[in-house]
Amino acid sequence: MARYDSLLAACGETPLVGLPRLSPSPQVRLWAKLEDHNPTGSIKDRAALYMVRAAEENGRLKPGDTLIEPTSGNTGIALAMVAKLRGYRLVCVLPENVSSERVALLRMYGAEIIFSPAAGGSNQAVAMAKQLSEEHPDWVMLYQYGNEANARAHYETTGPEILRDLPAITHLVAGLGTTGTLMGIGRYLREKVEGVQIIAAEPRYGELVYGLRNIDEGYVPELYDGSVLTRRFSVGTRDAVLRTRQLVEVEGIFAGFSTGAVLHAALAVAHEAAKAGREADVCFIVADGGYKYLSTGAYGGTLADAETALEGQLWA
Amino acid sequence: MAIEVRIPTILRSYTGGAKAVEGAGTTLSELLSNLDGQYNGLRGRLITEEGGLHRFVNIYVNDEDVRFTGALETKLADGDSVTILPAVAGGAFGFAAMAALASA
Repeated sequence: MARYDSLLAACGETPLVGLPRLSPSPQVRLWAKLEDHNPTGSIKDRAALYMVRAAEENGRLKPGDTLIEPTSGNTGIALAMVAKLRGYRLVCVLPENVSSERVALLRMYGAEIIFSPAAGGSNQAVAMAKQLSEEHPDWVMLYQYGNEANARAHYETTGPEILRDLPAITHLVAGLGTTGTLMGIGRYLREKVEGVQIIAAEPRYGELVYGLRNIDEGYVPELYDGSVLTRRFSVGTRDAVLRTRQLVEVEGIFAGFSTGAVLHAALAVAHEAAKAGREADVCFIVADGGYKYLSTGAYGGTLADAETALEGQLWA
Repeated sequence: MAIEVRIPTILRSYTGGAKAVEGAGTTLSELLSNLDGQYNGLRGRLITEEGGLHRFVNIYVNDEDVRFTGALETKLADGDSVTILPAVAGGAFGFAAMAALASA
């Protein structure tokens, strides 16, 4: 049955597709969970819906309220759609170095946007977010980095879908941002599948993005629990771009660059298994499609050009 | 034995501005001690007084996070590449939001 009462009900139940050409051997298989098939085109629809529902249920959010969320894109787009359908106003604070499509999409869904300067790094963004929350104490910040409903969305939906469709799963690979995806799916699979490996791929950005003054300004999301993970890879821009292009060229899946980083890690563990003569079913998460990143120009030209084009951008 | 170590912007005051330096050691701990001999004070920015890795420091050997490969006892071999990065999970924006909340 693929009929739903509303767009919100059509969230999740995304396809899991095999990648016969990228898989190292018939015994070591790669599977892609296509989260770009969600209503606004990314995995963040699941978290946005769960966070809004949780806030409604515990009385924090009342009809007509204003939501404010700092987001580099996909969560804002997902929240904007959910806010529209559930009757809330949304204000997004985002760094100005995100792609123009993301901004256009947010505006189209009706979100109001406040930019924090890219060059000012974190300090100006901090000042801006702080100022806004002081000026508007009645606004609600769902705060995806510390909201348990973000991880619970994946514990209750994404994880069970994956296990149902791939009972033989040996490895799960996903991107590490708010960490909600990996914490939720990882906890679920660890409870159900003995020995399953939970692998994180985090984007390694250009230096501009790491605009800290000292180490003590660093940040680890409250949702993060390292004990859920088995391994964690840092993937540079060049490898992410290379794999993103390979995915569409070889398997016809047009994904965003964070998926390239995830595929890079998935291929590493798949080839390790093949070399060791072990059978493996490696599932990785396609967090979003590539449409929002076309303006970067990084899908064409040389890898060096693409790397330069993405320097200083939040591509995941 | 030479191991290339990439240094983040905020720690380059210890390396005379160098983006990448070379060190030696058969474990990560040995490497960091070796580097500290060349760049005094660097190790102290990465390791806490209790001897563990600083909460906001991530170190990768050949792109893999050492917290999952034996931490400071992670084995190193000639030609390995070590990358030191500050923790800014979720893009630079996560901690900005966090700091705003903490001080609001």
